[in-house]
Amino acid sequence: MAELMYWEAIRRAHDEEMERDPMVICMGEDIGVAGGTYKATKGLFEKYGPERVIDTPISENGYTGLGIGASFLGMRPIIEIMSVNFAWLAMDQLFNSAAKVRYMSGGQLTAPIVMRSAGGTAHQLGAQHSARMEKVFMGIAGLRVVTPSTPKQAYGLLKSAIRCNDPVYINEHELMYNMKGEVPDEEFFLPLEGSDVAREGRDVTLFGYNISVHWCLQAAETLSKQFGIEAEVIDLYALSPLDRAGIAASVRKTHRAIVVEEAEAPVGVGAEVMAIINEECFFELDAAPQRVSAVNVPIPYNHTLEKAAIPNPGDVVAAARKMLGR
Amino acid sequence: MNVADKKRLLREMLFARRFEERCYEAYVERKIGGFLHLYSGEEACAHGVLEAARPGDDYVITGYRDHIHAIKCGADPKKVMAELYGKETGSSKGRGGSMHIFDAEHHFMGGYALVGGPFPLAAGMAKAIKMKGTDQISICFLGDAANNQGTFHESLNMAKVWNLPVLYVCENNLYGIGTRIDRSTAVIDQYKRVSGYDIPSAQADGQDIEEVFKSAKKAVDHVRSGKGPYFLELMTYRYRGHSMSDSNAYRSRDEERMWSKRDPIIMLRDRLIEAGEISRDDYKAMDTEILDQIEDEIIAFAEASPEPRVEELEKYCLAENDPWVLGGGR
Repeated sequence: MAELMYWEAIRRAHDEEMERDPMVICMGEDIGVAGGTYKATKGLFEKYGPERVIDTPISENGYTGLGIGASFLGMRPIIEIMSVNFAWLAMDQLFNSAAKVRYMSGGQLTAPIVMRSAGGTAHQLGAQHSARMEKVFMGIAGLRVVTPSTPKQAYGLLKSAIRCNDPVYINEHELMYNMKGEVPDEEFFLPLEGSDVAREGRDVTLFGYNISVHWCLQAAETLSKQFGIEAEVIDLYALSPLDRAGIAASVRKTHRAIVVEEAEAPVGVGAEVMAIINEECFFELDAAPQRVSAVNVPIPYNHTLEKAAIPNPGDVVAAARKMLGR
Repeated sequence: MNVADKKRLLREMLFARRFEERCYEAYVERKIGGFLHLYSGEEACAHGVLEAARPGDDYVITGYRDHIHAIKCGADPKKVMAELYGKETGSSKGRGGSMHIFDAEHHFMGGYALVGGPFPLAAGMAKAIKMKGTDQISICFLGDAANNQGTFHESLNMAKVWNLPVLYVCENNLYGIGTRIDRSTAVIDQYKRVSGYDIPSAQADGQDIEEVFKSAKKAVDHVRSGKGPYFLELMTYRYRGHSMSDSNAYRSRDEERMWSKRDPIIMLRDRLIEAGEISRDDYKAMDTEILDQIEDEIIAFAEASPEPRVEELEKYCLAENDPWVLGGGR
């Protein structure tokens, strides 16, 4: 089994699927000649040419719509939006065309596109390059949302997303592209629905996704070593639809829940997970579920303020200790 | 265009007019709900352009004023009417409605109700056509007001950069909802706007079907021969308001009278009568036949059709039983 970086895993999925199926194309700003801002398409332009690895103009809504139109005729476009902040511009086409076309055509047309985008707060990129927007995408009927937390997931989810007949939004993270992890050498596919138990535990469930899974794992380590608290960590790699059964199963086991998200709390993943807990297993709870979320501000440029705006593993530890009274 | 074609087109356009006017009545009767945007007055645009293309084979997409484009592409008028009635037998199984007629079998790729939305979709279909290497083309019909959306500029730019086989047809009816073009748009002649993208374009009389056909033939040939995108502006006028909720108070009666003298159906009819190809009685008989057909076949079908089942409310939202959702090969 090879150790790959997150971007290498994404690149490998692109390459394998493009080699297999000539209908798979990829498109986005700087993804071709320049090889991709985060290298996810490095070398593909040389291998597959400008017709299939398309450097687009900086017009997100336009080229997203173009990819959707191409998908109506059987193409399999992978649309990269360099930074999720720019995806706001593409929302009309993604939400109004891709997500709705199957329904409003009575099943006649589907838009099997994949939109990949880097979200998250990185290093002092300022308010307009630091958004976390997964909560916006997951509220749209007709759209699937997945968010890989490891290179293995990044590879396996992209492979499935390309072949799936629904539009799929993949939420990546700017700080994770150089993260290393083991990826099996043989081809594999991950389900686009469900969740993973990233660490077993009995006292409290920490729900995370994407980068916050790693904060939860670090926090769980600290909680175990320093405070004797055994936290279970659930990786919600699929945000839409959410794994109701998986969420409920873990809460039935630990009876306590903390949702950890890098995004602001309002109308967010935490709010949704807490609603599911209420609906599915309220009477299993020994404590009120909590959220560990970002402060509800545009992300500031100043490094100290930036760090203060988003949660960290210490915040997760503090929330768990408070909940368990230790 | 030979005489037989002209006679057929006269019939098709008259059918379109009667179909739309019957929709109006059904809306007043509350049989059709929601929004209803009628095409009356603009018939020569869809018919002339698609006559010059290969409806059913070329890919066609448009905005919310879409019933007639669908029918000209080959959609069954019964299913279109049933869709307006919201029935399960409708072209979109009652999930789409007036603004979302689809007939993928006949390559009518839909009516879309976000102004400007179809511009990039049309370019995308053209991209797919190009990659498949067929000689089909992608045709996008939209009104003049859509040209003020960013998608217009983004799409024309990409279509030119990548030399895509897409024909943009601007049905310029002079109004964006209720706002006259000179009050919303800096450059009145829409065909001039695309010069900024180095795309060839033309303007033609959208009321005279022979003129529409002639200019569309040139446009279609250009696109089909691999020379890239083309933009055709057709000057036309809608008789009804923007939608059924529009009282049309913003237009002068003089203006409306002036345009009614240039009715595309009457113009073609009179030309054929003058040439001795049809008589007034032939025309009246044809009209009666069409009205009967609409009533006896189309409305009757829509009326008798079942409602969609509430148990299937969530059907068509996501693909059913897609193996890749479960991780595919595992």
